[in-house]
Parts: sequence; structure tokens; C-alpha cells
Amino acid sequence: MVGNIKRVLFFVFLVGVWELVAARHVWDPTLFPSPGHVARTLWEEFRSGVLVNATAISLRRVLLGYSISLVIGVPLGIVLARQKTLEQTVGSLVSGFQSLPSICWLPLALLWFGMNDKAILFVVVAGSLVSITVAVQDGVKNLSPTYVRAAQTMGTPGWRIYTDVLLPASLPSILTGAKLGWGYAWRSLMSGELLFVSLGLGQMLMQGRDLADMSQVISVMIVIMALGLLTDRVIFGSLERHVRRRWGLSGA
Amino acid sequence: MVKLSIRNVEKQFLDQDHRVHALSGISVDVEAGEFLILVGPSGCGKSTLLNIIAGLEKPDSGEVLMNGVPVTKPGSDRSLVFQDGALFPWLNVRRNVEFGLRQKGVSNREAADRALHFLSLVGLSKFAENDIYTLSGGMRQRVAIARALALEPEVLLMDEPFSALDAITREDLYVEIQELWQGRGATVVFVTHNVREAVTLGDRVLLLASDPGRIQAEYPVQILRPRHIDDVDVARTAQQISHEMRRARALAQGTLIEEAESDITSAGLLSERECKQW
Repeated sequence: MVGNIKRVLFFVFLVGVWELVAARHVWDPTLFPSPGHVARTLWEEFRSGVLVNATAISLRRVLLGYSISLVIGVPLGIVLARQKTLEQTVGSLVSGFQSLPSICWLPLALLWFGMNDKAILFVVVAGSLVSITVAVQDGVKNLSPTYVRAAQTMGTPGWRIYTDVLLPASLPSILTGAKLGWGYAWRSLMSGELLFVSLGLGQMLMQGRDLADMSQVISVMIVIMALGLLTDRVIFGSLERHVRRRWGLSGA
Repeated sequence: MVKLSIRNVEKQFLDQDHRVHALSGISVDVEAGEFLILVGPSGCGKSTLLNIIAGLEKPDSGEVLMNGVPVTKPGSDRSLVFQDGALFPWLNVRRNVEFGLRQKGVSNREAADRALHFLSLVGLSKFAENDIYTLSGGMRQRVAIARALALEPEVLLMDEPFSALDAITREDLYVEIQELWQGRGATVVFVTHNVREAVTLGDRVLLLASDPGRIQAEYPVQILRPRHIDDVDVARTAQQISHEMRRARALAQGTLIEEAESDITSAGLLSERECKQW
């Protein structure tokens, strides 16, 4: 509660400073719009449906790409952690890809898929898949080996070790991976959308630039930030609290 | 009838470039319904032997027979209770106990019934729907025992199951485990480094020595049950075994001179080390 009050006060202060600086016309208002101006733009964009549309398009893309990454990345991470040969081969490829910013895939994706949704989707997957895989792999490697041994002495056959033990046991690290992956997916999407005409929030940003409408640029930035905070705090935050408590990782 | 037959089991492994002779020529028969204790200092290979019986590790040579059939892999006929319980935090208490039953393909309802039955045996019926993190160490160990018993194993293996518990909880569990065992006549192989615990629980105590891990002595314990850890007979037998253990260690380390009178000095010398060990 006290934390929330501090948070609100801080943001009120921030907006206050912004308003003050804008009111003194230190910079050209077209380059440095006031908070009020940005709020009005935001409201107009919202009312006209442009913002909702763009958000829906971006969210649809990121959710699709992110789901693909989760479905591939989680099992891949678990298997890589358990199979030595795979870890030494595929695993090193994965860590190689990890050092490659996802947007570097865009030229390739454009040639392979053309200037369309598929190319963007590919970049999103390339951005989030690797981080999810690596996080899950690390998590499984750090699991206490007694879980597997206990399950074996209770007669669990090999493949069910994966589904009934390793998968649920590594849920905390899967969540970490999922959170990380979400961040990467979202970033990759934005870089992709910024780079070619594609609708979505990224394009709205670029449009603001082309029209020299700084208030549009800032309003879209605020929306992107708000969406990120919302998923991080509300969705991942509550999932994390639940898992941490159940796994006995936190006091409560 | 011989339930488990351990024949010439050898095991070595590398521990940071130096070869540890964990088990050397271990042979022992365990009778059906026997409560056998493996006791010895840390590093004498007692847990390794237990893991080999469980099928979690393979011996370099030799074999373990159960009902005359070689053990090749882990199975629910030899369930193992781990030192830290190894309960699954993602399942509640009841579902932990159900886990092995479900793996066996027991129907949901029957698994739940049996889980509740075994939880009531260890006095935890009320906690069936609790999450694991809400339980104390002693309760966790009870759940682990219920989980192992629910599979109705022919052999129950226990790897220092009480060593992380406080003294009072441990004493309660000594009573409970004896009652449970006497009620069902399962064969138990129990590993501990606590000699008193060994004498309180066991029909027979095997004293293992380390490097190479081997059976140094064997003590049948015929004290009337139920035994309590503070019983005079228990204390006396335990003292005798501890003495033997100290003597062996001293011999191995060359601190014991052949003469009998030096016994006292070396025992005094070793008491410090003993404190560290126990």
C-alpha cells in the first residue's frame, strides 16, 4: 500500500516536471508537447478507434509468436537439460543464437516470407524462443536430482519423468523464461513493425514521426509501456506469487 | 525366506580425480520381514549400497537379487524414503501420496482412498489437502513414509530419513515406524549414521567401515519391542557398537597401538573427532 502511494506520487511528480518544462517553452512544442497535449492525442486516437485497432493487431501478432515460442521452447529447454548429446550440439547452437539480436533475422525473414505478417511473426519467434529455451534449460539443470530419483523409485517410466516430474518441477523457471520471452517477443515485434509498413503500434510510432507529430509518438510509447507493465505486473506477477508460494520459495 | 540377496557388490567412483572404493565385496542376505540397519560413518558407502538395492545405481560387479531375480532398475516394489523427503512441492499432500499409485495406473478414486488411508496411519488425515510448504520437517517425513508405504512395497528402503529432524519428533517417529513395520511385516533396509537409532529400530545392525566400504561387523539386536531410544539395553548395545566403530577407525588411521591399555587413550583422543562425526 505504502509502495503504491510512493509510486503514484512519483509519477505525479514526473508529470508535474514535464508540464513545467513544456509550459516554459524551453523546446519547440511540436518537438516537446505538454502532458495535456499528449493526453488529448491519446484520447482522440482512442475515440477514433485507430489506437485500439493498432493495439489489437500488435497484440495478436505478439501473442501468436509468443505462443509458438512457448510451445517449442519449454519442451526444448527440458530436453536439452536432460540429454547430454543434444545439449552439446543443439544447445551450443541455441546459445549462439542467443547473442544474435532478433531484428538481425528480419532481412532473411523478408526474403523468405515477403513483407507480411509471417516475416514479423518469424522475428518475434526468433526473439523469444531462444530466451525461453535457455531459461528453462538452466532451471531444469538446477533441479534437485532427488525429484527424479524419487519418481523412479515409485515406478515412473522414462517419458513420464518428463511430463509428471520435470515439467511441473521446473514451473518456477518456466515462468522466468516465459517472462523473459515475453519481453523479447514484445521488443522484437516493435523493431519489426518499425522497420516496415505493417499496421500495428510500431507503425503508428513511425507515422507520428513522418507527420512530425510528437504527441502521437509519445502517446504510442506510453501505450506500449502501459501494456508491458500490465502484463508484467498483473499476469506474470500473480502467476509468480502463486508459484513461489506453492513451491515454498517465499515466506508467505 | 531370503527377500534380498546382495552378492559381492563392488563399486568405485571418481571423486575429483581420486578413486573412491565405495563398496568392496559386500555380501548380505536380508530375510523377509527383517528390519536391517546399515550404520557407519559418512562416506562408508551405505547410501550407495541402498541406491544399488533401489536400482538407482549399478554396481561395478556383483548383483542384488530380490526374490531370486536380479535388480536392474528402480521399481515401486522397493520404494525409497529420502533424507529430505523429496516430496513434490507442486502437489498437495494427498496427491504426493497418490503419485506412485497413479503411475501404476490405479484409478483416481482408489488412489485417493489409499492415500487417505496411509495418511491416517501416519496421523496426517487432517492435512491431506495442505500444500507441502505448510508442513513441518517431521510432517514432511511422515508424508514421505506414507507415500512409500502406499505403494505396498515388498522392501522399504530408508536413507537417513530422520537425520534432519529434531530429537522429539525423531523419537515419536521411532515409535511410529516400529508400529507400522510390525503391523505389515515388510522388509526394511534402513541407513543411518546414528548408532542409537540403529539399535532402537533394527533386528540386525551391519556396521560398515569406509575406504574400502565393507561390512566390518554384524550385531543381531534382540531387545524386546517396542524399544525406546533411552532404554538401558539400547544404550548399552549402542555403546558397544560405537566402541567397535571407534576402534576400527583408529586402527585404520594408525592411531591405535596393538596393546589393550592404549584403548583408553585412543578413545579419549577420538572423542573430539567423534563429536564432529555425530
